[in-house]
Amino acid sequence: MAKADAQAGRSSDRQRLISGENVRRILQTQGILIAFILFLVAFSLSSDRFASFDNVSTVFRQVSIIGTIALGVTIVVIGGNLDLSVGSLLSFTTVLVVDLHDKIGPTGAILVMFAAALAVGAVNGLLVGFARLNSLIVTLGMLSAIQGVTLIYTGGQNVDIVDQEGTWFTFFGRDFLLGIAVPTWIFLVLAVALHIVLTRTTFGRRVFAVGGNPTASAFSGVRRARVVFSTYLISAAATGCAALILGSRVMGSQNNVGQGYELLVLAGVILGGTSLLGGSGSIPKTVIGVLILGFIQNGLLLMGYPYYAQWLVTWVVIILAVWLDVASKRGRLFTTTS
Amino acid sequence: MTPVAHHTQSELDDLKAKAPLLVLDGVTKTFPGVKALDDVSFEVRHGEVHALLGENGAGKSTLMKVLAGNHQAERGQVHLEGEAIRVANPLEAKKRGIVLIHQELSLVPEMTVAENIFLGSLPTTALGIVNWRTLFDRAGRILDQLGCRFAASDKVDRLSIANRQMVEIARALVFTPKVVVFDEPTASLTDAEKVVLFDIIERLKEQDVGIVYISHRMDEIFRLSDRITVLRDGQVSGTLKTAETTEDEVTRLMIGRSLEGRPAAAPGAIGEVALELKGLSCGDLFRDVSFSLRRGEVVGMYGLIGAGRTEIAETIFGLRTPDAGEIRVHGEVVQIASPPDAIRHGIALAPESRKEQGLVLGMSCRDNMSLAQLEGVSATGWLDRGAEQAIYDEYAERLALKSPSWRTPVVNLSGGNQQKVVLGKWLSTRPEILIVDEPTRGIDVGSKSEIHALIRRLAASGIAVLVISSEMPEVLGVSDRILALYHGRLAAEFDAASVTEDALVQAISGM
Ligand SMILES: Nc1ncnc2c1ncn2[C@@H]1O[C@H](COP(=O)(O)OP(=O)(O)OP(=O)(O)O)[C@@H](O)[C@H]1O
Ligand SMILES: [Mg+2]
Repeated sequence: MAKADAQAGRSSDRQRLISGENVRRILQTQGILIAFILFLVAFSLSSDRFASFDNVSTVFRQVSIIGTIALGVTIVVIGGNLDLSVGSLLSFTTVLVVDLHDKIGPTGAILVMFAAALAVGAVNGLLVGFARLNSLIVTLGMLSAIQGVTLIYTGGQNVDIVDQEGTWFTFFGRDFLLGIAVPTWIFLVLAVALHIVLTRTTFGRRVFAVGGNPTASAFSGVRRARVVFSTYLISAAATGCAALILGSRVMGSQNNVGQGYELLVLAGVILGGTSLLGGSGSIPKTVIGVLILGFIQNGLLLMGYPYYAQWLVTWVVIILAVWLDVASKRGRLFTTTS
Repeated sequence: MTPVAHHTQSELDDLKAKAPLLVLDGVTKTFPGVKALDDVSFEVRHGEVHALLGENGAGKSTLMKVLAGNHQAERGQVHLEGEAIRVANPLEAKKRGIVLIHQELSLVPEMTVAENIFLGSLPTTALGIVNWRTLFDRAGRILDQLGCRFAASDKVDRLSIANRQMVEIARALVFTPKVVVFDEPTASLTDAEKVVLFDIIERLKEQDVGIVYISHRMDEIFRLSDRITVLRDGQVSGTLKTAETTEDEVTRLMIGRSLEGRPAAAPGAIGEVALELKGLSCGDLFRDVSFSLRRGEVVGMYGLIGAGRTEIAETIFGLRTPDAGEIRVHGEVVQIASPPDAIRHGIALAPESRKEQGLVLGMSCRDNMSLAQLEGVSATGWLDRGAEQAIYDEYAERLALKSPSWRTPVVNLSGGNQQKVVLGKWLSTRPEILIVDEPTRGIDVGSKSEIHALIRRLAASGIAVLVISSEMPEVLGVSDRILALYHGRLAAEFDAASVTEDALVQAISGM
């Protein structure tokens, strides 16, 4: 009897695709996506330039740096940890790649820069994964440590690439492929790659398991420390990619360019709906979250508001989005027990 | 308040008998993909213990959660003492005197026992500051009343699961309760603690409190209850007077058939030694433990909670490091430093606590089931969804798992069905040595005998099985040999066919 029920449950899965129930489930799970679409429609109605190809591709290009970093951070967060070191790591790696460009050439500069990024990720990963220290503290400490290292490295000076015409290094930040900016390509290709890693590989499954329940994962033979370690390597590598875009676009760097990026990145991740508690979330969600940030900024500028209005609006949007998400899950706006 | 003066005592008793304390009428509740309750009516009288029975996922917990305000029903009414009430949340329910003691514990581990008991209603001084003295005094009195042997100032995370359960019960007694619901309260209690619990229930009964008692243990139900209501697939399949019915009749109402007797052991199938422990010790958890486990054999490990059974299992599985002794697998000494090592040696451990150790609650049933063998379903690092689905389909069927679909997060399954996912996860690794710790905790009688039969079949196919259990009928029914543990030492070893219950009880209590 129970067996028959279980089977009926399984096959009815396929049968009723469009039922009221499924509509409700889609509303509940895709709340952010729907909000995003409504938001786009509202902005396009209020400004005809908003929905133009040029404007949309500008927004994609603008969010590519934050977005690329956010992809890596998403994986750390799903694994149940935080990475606040990405902002100052972005400063450091950008300074490094720009500075070394003229000294050892673009190829060497890029290789050294990625090696440095991975080293930082490895330290984070060792401390959080193997030594089991709290990720907030470790990466917050790393944030200021790298700031220090960057200042020591530059001696407080800004760095520049002198010969900006004669190098292929401009490719990453300034070129276009098939009419789409290279930064956008980097962001989207990395998004697809990491999405595949998260959803199609055993590593991805382990990230979800470790973030969802570390004890049960250990009991299942998942090596938590290794998984966490790898998530930090991914985050650092993604930040390295962002540094490539940033350094190549500006062809120079201040030693604090990445300041505050960690919070913007986290805002994008949360806005997309990845839970800070770990164990749930996705790359497409983060892409949407980051795009929402980008479109708000862009929309407000188009409507003539000063650029700092976006900070306030971003906060409001984050609260609304998270609230919408929680409310749709419990079926009402406020809890009844408070 | 003085009692109503113009009724004689017998008239009052009559009135009480006529007007039930609590009536649930036509309750319907659906979750995505399941109709958990379908037009359920149920009543509890003053001073009555009303047992609620049914298979895993029949809707017992859901019905009680509707009553206690954790869930809102789509249809149906609740009457308390003749008055229609709407309960929007658990606090409101408590204030009306309806208390639910959950199947899954819900304490704050970092806080003291007293704070947990009075959570949400901490006694305060005039200044609004917590009045610690009153808090500890009042909590202490409740604990005394329950006969608990821990202090109100102890931190909850230091307590055993059984003692946490006691705290949960103590919490119910803060509000003068009219209806107390116990959802599988004895799943993790020792026999001594059960006696205390049954005393408490008797006392509540004398105070005219109505009690709903959910359990899968027939002996308790027949010992405690006055009436039994059986739920099946979200519908009431009958309400019976306990005195006028039999276990068999109740079972048939529940699962539509009678249970077969003891699963037949496969005689003569026992082969060479698969696992051997020699002088294994670990701190003061257990000392000098030696035994062997043969292919085709089921060995029961029996002992009180805290005797070191779980710790031995965890050491074999690489979750603890022994100080002395050796572990041999198929005759060779092995170093098992972590669960992956154990899994590589063909060892599986289905752990004791499904919520903490067994499951990633937010993950789907299918993904939980394949978690212990990700290498197995994909040699290359790419997930093989087809292989995962095949595992899920096979074990959902073999264990009669009741889940709306493979993608349902396990957190939405009933307690017993969660346990089945844990079992499925480990059985599907096709281990050579299978250790199951309290395998049928929270599992209904029908599935329980199916799981016992499955364990026997696994053994017959050449697997060595170690069954850890606090339930005597379980160890007696399923094992070939029984190891009795007392205070971290192997006290005695018995042949299951000839041992008496008395001998077992003596061995595990150090006599
Ligand atoms: N929060 C929830 N979301 C979705 N489905 C749920 C939820 N809670 C329960 N269910 C479903 O409702 C049905 C009844 O579950 P319930 O927990 O009431 O069973 P039960 O009779 O208490 O079983 P058990 O003996 O295993 O504890 C099950 O099919 C379960 O999967
Ligand atoms: Mg239940």
